[in-house]
Amino acid sequence: MAGKVKWVTDIEKSVLINNFEKRGWVQVTENEDWNFYWMSVQTIRNVFSVETGYRLSDDQIVNHFPNHYELTRKDLMVKNIKRYRKELEKEGSPLAEKDENGKYLYLDFVPVTYMLPADYNLFVEEFRKSPSSTWIMKPCGKAQGKGIFLINKLSQIKKWSRDSKTSSFVTQSTKEAYVISLYINNPLLIGGRKFDLRLYVLVSTYRPLRCYMYKLGFCRFCTVKYTPSTSELDNMFVHLTNVAIQKHGEDYNHIHGGKWTVNNLRLYLESTRGKEVTGKLFDEIHWIIVQSLKAVAPVMNNDKHCFECYGYDIIIDDKLKPWLIEVNASPSLTSSTANDRILKYNLINDTLNIAVPNGEIPDCKWNKSPPKEVLGNYEILYDEELAQGDGADRELRSRQGQSLGPRGGRSRDSGRTVLTTWK
Amino acid sequence: MLQEESDLSLVIAQIVQKLKGSNLYAQLERQAWASLQRPEIKLESLKEDIKEFFKISGWEKKLQNAVYSELSVFPLPSHPAAPPEHLKEPLVYMRKAQGSWEKRILKSLNSMCTELSIPLARKRPVGEQKELLNKWNEMGTDEPDLSLFRPVYAPKDFLEVLINLRNPNYENGDSLSFRTHLGLIQVPLKVKDIPELKEFFVELGLTTGQLGIDDSTQVPPELFENEHVRIGQKVLAEQDSAAAQQYIRQGSPTALRAELWALILNISSQPEDILYYEQLKTNVIQHDLLVDSLIYKDVKLTASNDDYYFVFEDYLYQVLLCFSRDTSVLGHFAYNSASPPKSYIRGKLGLEEYAVFYPPNGVIPFHGFSMYVAPLCFLYHEPSKLYQIFREMYVRFFFRLHSISSHPSGIVSLCLLFETLLQTYLPQLFYHLREIGAQPLRISFKWMVRAFSGYLATDQLLLLWDRILGYNSLEILAARAYCQLL
Repeated sequence: MAGKVKWVTDIEKSVLINNFEKRGWVQVTENEDWNFYWMSVQTIRNVFSVETGYRLSDDQIVNHFPNHYELTRKDLMVKNIKRYRKELEKEGSPLAEKDENGKYLYLDFVPVTYMLPADYNLFVEEFRKSPSSTWIMKPCGKAQGKGIFLINKLSQIKKWSRDSKTSSFVTQSTKEAYVISLYINNPLLIGGRKFDLRLYVLVSTYRPLRCYMYKLGFCRFCTVKYTPSTSELDNMFVHLTNVAIQKHGEDYNHIHGGKWTVNNLRLYLESTRGKEVTGKLFDEIHWIIVQSLKAVAPVMNNDKHCFECYGYDIIIDDKLKPWLIEVNASPSLTSSTANDRILKYNLINDTLNIAVPNGEIPDCKWNKSPPKEVLGNYEILYDEELAQGDGADRELRSRQGQSLGPRGGRSRDSGRTVLTTWK
Repeated sequence: MLQEESDLSLVIAQIVQKLKGSNLYAQLERQAWASLQRPEIKLESLKEDIKEFFKISGWEKKLQNAVYSELSVFPLPSHPAAPPEHLKEPLVYMRKAQGSWEKRILKSLNSMCTELSIPLARKRPVGEQKELLNKWNEMGTDEPDLSLFRPVYAPKDFLEVLINLRNPNYENGDSLSFRTHLGLIQVPLKVKDIPELKEFFVELGLTTGQLGIDDSTQVPPELFENEHVRIGQKVLAEQDSAAAQQYIRQGSPTALRAELWALILNISSQPEDILYYEQLKTNVIQHDLLVDSLIYKDVKLTASNDDYYFVFEDYLYQVLLCFSRDTSVLGHFAYNSASPPKSYIRGKLGLEEYAVFYPPNGVIPFHGFSMYVAPLCFLYHEPSKLYQIFREMYVRFFFRLHSISSHPSGIVSLCLLFETLLQTYLPQLFYHLREIGAQPLRISFKWMVRAFSGYLATDQLLLLWDRILGYNSLEILAARAYCQLL
């Protein structure tokens, strides 16, 4: 087709616009005929809503799945993972194996979480089991660390008690819903500082699941030394790694932005902890990402007009166990440093190369199987079709000979993680 | 033959002398006494039995490593009647140049001191001591006013001094010939040419496997990497310094590097070492030195802004502040052309009884000094071990990068080697750069002075430093700088 791709966006970021322009695409408004729309999450809600929605034609592609919130809202993500685990348990899958304490061996990657106010009583029961623990309260629908606080006493969350007479809200509208999770108070520290990992994952289709991992993720460090001391629970500079918060700290540095590349992390861990445990850590990280996607795949509206690039937030604890904290549908495209700008520009570039093949007017009926050459800095994380193709291949991650046990049991839930980032 | 023999016995005597005062000696003695209890030690063959015991228990290996360590650092045997200055630096004009450079630095330090009316050293009041102790792990958050401090010198100042070095006994002649050295360094030192470098660095040849090249994604690990890692593990199991040094010439696997470097540098964290470090820490707490501010300033200017090293800012203070107070470092001045600056108690200028070395370790930090420590933070996170490794790296290698000497690993030779390589093998590039006023040494000098720290990605840097350790020479830096311009 000879025409140029017509694009629209409601996110005015140079890393996006520069990428569109360099492909020679033409900017249009959303009322005109467009082929590619990079939209914010509010807009996607309108496009697919019952009242205001409209049908997308075959040559139109958008950058979100209609119900991405199944993965990207904190409460729904936890719900879906819990449901997924129970299903696996019911069908007797080896993946759902538990240890002697009743903890899942391979699927325990989300910190214990409850919805408030719905699960308030369940939460209280859990809280009383270990009263000295710290919990983190997060509003379900917010981002950038907004509204998050830590508690270590029940009195601090009296408001959410269902029976509370002083409860200030009567409706349980989704806006005020919170999740409360067990706070990981033993994060892995480097240089005495807490950090988390931001990894980008592109999903082109959920059924069959096809996802890619961006090789250039990064670590976000807190500017202040970490302390689990209760006196510093209110100090968000110690606990929250979001750049939106850290950049207001006194010690925020605009040259490196408190960020490390994942390769640095790898080098550091291999040098100080050894190659095997580092390899195992990264394998586990890939595993939990794939599992989280599998958990939501059944409920996800696998609209063929859609692809999505998620920002995964992961924390590593001092036993080198990774925890999935949350998944972002709209990872920030703001650049805090020069390196950042380059990284995000390349991220969008590689994403577009995969989602819109050859930069031509898309046909959403295509098989969504891009050739290897266009992947750029992405690597195939999981390809369900490929995995089912060689069902005889049970070797999931036998390289490390790890104790994660047999997982090739059934072709449905065995899969080959093709990723070899740790080479 | 006779000369060689007497040289050898001189060396042996000196090493024995050195080791007699060391901890290892005391441990060996204790072990020997303890071994008398063992059934296999018989009175008739006492000497052989104890020797055998040492061999089996690994103590002989430790002794071997210690001797090897001394040999690596020990200056070449010279005439027994040579005065100590010759050990430091045999050429008079170099010694003189170093002497005047030192005078300049000290003058600069003293004048800063007078200008700012800050004493070179003072005892901290108890309150301040307590505060510092609490803050020990996060000194980076301290925000002292450093605006009035400036680094005592920067590499470019040092370069100017080197450019003006001349050998008074050497007459170049006025006519330009193809032999004329067109670079900035104009002293006649012998440096290796490419055939000699090829011979020296034989393990870096194209036909030998290298980490950093032959372990990249496209090369299957069976070809080189796996075997290399296996050998590395074996070397570590044997705890043999010399073998480790040979092994690391092909690069070290990331997981083995920390241990290999410790083995080559003969560092093992004994309780005494940890105690010594704690003692230094106490010195830091109790006394404040002017150089401390210079260190703070340097870290804030360099490492804190570095993408790779900003995370380790606090470790850098913990190492460098202690380093300044470590008088054992003074020992390296026996083979360093530099001499520790002296300072006099107030009012007693010139009176030797009132002279002290300042700073206590005799090393005045310059702009970028903290970058010598930064890469090590990727390998060691235990402060006293990190400290030991850094100190050893400094007294074996880094000191040569900022003192004027004729040593083949000294910065002067490195600069000359770099320029000669360029002029000989890339004459057009060299000439062109000169014409446009960009003498290549001005670009590469700062890379070499910092041993490339901050100029290379850390994984690349560590592979480079592997070779420094492997070949016990800094010449690789000049070669690397030359390659950068290829």
